[in-house]
Amino acid sequence: MLKVKNLHASVGDKEILKGLNIEVKAGEVHAVMGPNGSGKSTLSAVLAGRDEYEVTAGEVDYLGKELLELNPEERSWEGVFLAFQYPVEIPGVSNINFLKTAINERRKYFEQDPIAAKDFLKMVKEKSALVELSDKLKNRSVNVGFSGGEKKRNEIFQMAMLEPKLSILDETDSGLDIDALRIVAHGVNTLKSKDNATIVITHYQRLLDYIIPDFVHVLYDGRIIKTGGKELALELEEKGYDWLTKEEA
Amino acid sequence: MAYSEDDLKQDLVDQEYEFGFTTDVDSEKIPKGLTEETVRIISSKKEEPEWLLEYRLNALRVFQGMTEPDWAHVTYEKPNLQDIVFYSAPKPKKELASLDEVDPEILKTMERLGISLEEQKKLTGVAVDFVMDSVSVATSFKEKLGELGVIFCSFSEAVKEHPELVKKYLGTVVPSTDNYYAALNSAVFSDGSFCYIPKGTKCPMELSTYFRINESGTGQFERTLLIADEGSYVSYLEGCTAPQRDENQLHAAVVELIALDDAEIKYSTVQNWYPGDKNGLGGVFNFVTKRGICQRNAKISWTQVETGSAITWKYPSCILKGDNSVGEFYSVAVTNNHQMADTGTKMLHIGKNTKSTIISKGISAGMSHNSYRGLVKIGKGADNARNFSQCDSLLMTDTCGAHTYPYIECENSSAHLEHEATTSKIGEDQKFYCMQRGIGEEKAISLIVNGYAKEVLNKLPMEFAVEAQKLLEISLEGSVG
Repeated sequence: MLKVKNLHASVGDKEILKGLNIEVKAGEVHAVMGPNGSGKSTLSAVLAGRDEYEVTAGEVDYLGKELLELNPEERSWEGVFLAFQYPVEIPGVSNINFLKTAINERRKYFEQDPIAAKDFLKMVKEKSALVELSDKLKNRSVNVGFSGGEKKRNEIFQMAMLEPKLSILDETDSGLDIDALRIVAHGVNTLKSKDNATIVITHYQRLLDYIIPDFVHVLYDGRIIKTGGKELALELEEKGYDWLTKEEA
Repeated sequence: MAYSEDDLKQDLVDQEYEFGFTTDVDSEKIPKGLTEETVRIISSKKEEPEWLLEYRLNALRVFQGMTEPDWAHVTYEKPNLQDIVFYSAPKPKKELASLDEVDPEILKTMERLGISLEEQKKLTGVAVDFVMDSVSVATSFKEKLGELGVIFCSFSEAVKEHPELVKKYLGTVVPSTDNYYAALNSAVFSDGSFCYIPKGTKCPMELSTYFRINESGTGQFERTLLIADEGSYVSYLEGCTAPQRDENQLHAAVVELIALDDAEIKYSTVQNWYPGDKNGLGGVFNFVTKRGICQRNAKISWTQVETGSAITWKYPSCILKGDNSVGEFYSVAVTNNHQMADTGTKMLHIGKNTKSTIISKGISAGMSHNSYRGLVKIGKGADNARNFSQCDSLLMTDTCGAHTYPYIECENSSAHLEHEATTSKIGEDQKFYCMQRGIGEEKAISLIVNGYAKEVLNKLPMEFAVEAQKLLEISLEGSVG
């Protein structure tokens, strides 16, 4: 599904990704872990197409397409979803209206008619139950006045509504208490299928107790320095990153 | 939901001024320039009574002793009044019994504006008084309103048919001495709308007037007088579109609202005068005086969506004279390219337990300047007055400016005043968030801006809310690079 080859990316003059390689197949869950400043958020931003990041070398193949050639909304329409580390507030735009617009814009891209109100509402009801999102939150302005946990649940609700092929969860566990973490993980696990894939970017092993990865990658100084199974996460939890980074040096 | 973003038409791709066309109608004009003679000609052409001519001549004398104000945060080349034609009326000017007698060119214009009278007649609830240049060419629903005793007609007609009402109220809220442009208007006003709602009557339909500057180089000096008698209610809509021009056009209207005891007036405006081109060439100068007076328990609510004009200078205000009266001001002002707007309100609390609310949302793009200027004044006798003001500014670019000038004068210690103000730049984060969800940049901006302005748009009657959303979208197209 996703093949990232020798990806280099910079912000301003500073190179952050320095030849990153990763391959994700349909049906897989990948965890990308690493210390602060290793380039985790840059990776998610580059994959989603944020334009402050300049790709200086490398290529990204997504379902046979050059991902880097697509603008952010096209990536979204093609099934790339990013759950934001810091979900953005949009005052005056209801959550529901926001999602309906998003869904209809994608349908337009695929030359489909706008979604019927009845189908949309049914979908909202079904998907919001998945992350226990209350009716009140559905009708409120996007993320405005939401608690940290509610914002993250709302991200997963949006993910469920948009039915992506490739989901990137950027530090979705940060700021979550254990109950919210469980709800979020339950949502992600329920949405998992043999046709879609998930990249979980995280600092801590904690989330991986709930979302079991097939592969764990360690990102350090802009490159993947080690890849292993889920046990690698536990090892990192125990020993920290030092033993790997020393090895690297 | 009162409306939905999905109601927006998808086909608004033309970034040029949408209604920039000119109707080819033979106009009857008088020579350029402003003298006592001009005023006399206007008055005699309109077959006005002596007292109105005197009113005009007094105003002219006041005007001649005044200088053009320059305190507003706008810069422009002052219009040369000697180069303006102060009166023009479409020919032929005769009594019209049906639409068939209206000039087909005018009908075509109305159709392009989407307000064909044929259509309007069928539509329930909206009576349209269409002002083409200065003379009203068609008035509909008049009979229906007549049954209720509601008078809704052109100002000239009111002078002829209801002189006692006009004489009693004209200039009582905005005296001709009020300001430079109000004095000018009082001297040379051409036509406008008149509305009277009798005691205890709830006007069953939204009253609507479309103004349109048409003849090249013709100043437009509209005069609106709206009287809501005791215990009555009316919702009045005013919408403006104007053809594209290369020269500046002066528009100096005066609107007076009178809400007697227990009456309520809701006055909504969508203003879309030609704003000039991308380089700031052309565009309408909009210098308007709008003010209403509230007697006991009365309420006046101004809602405006301002997207047009090269220069806007406008402060719809409320004099809260009666005890327990209420004034409201809801405004969205958009400026793009080289537009300049200085707009806001005055809430003058005189009576006891008076209440006012001000919600102002400025949106600036391009190289434009957008200012909020407002005064909340609490008089000595205004016990327990309350005001809430919220002034927000949204910046679309790094090259535009937003300014807020809130003035408060309080002479009564029992007053309760709240003021909130924010300035924000349209966020890259917000746009990217929308785009990541599959909402392209233009659509994202429209969504974010409409969300920002929602509190005000929600105050508009339904059909206006949709039109206003479209206007916001058109006005800001291509505004963020």
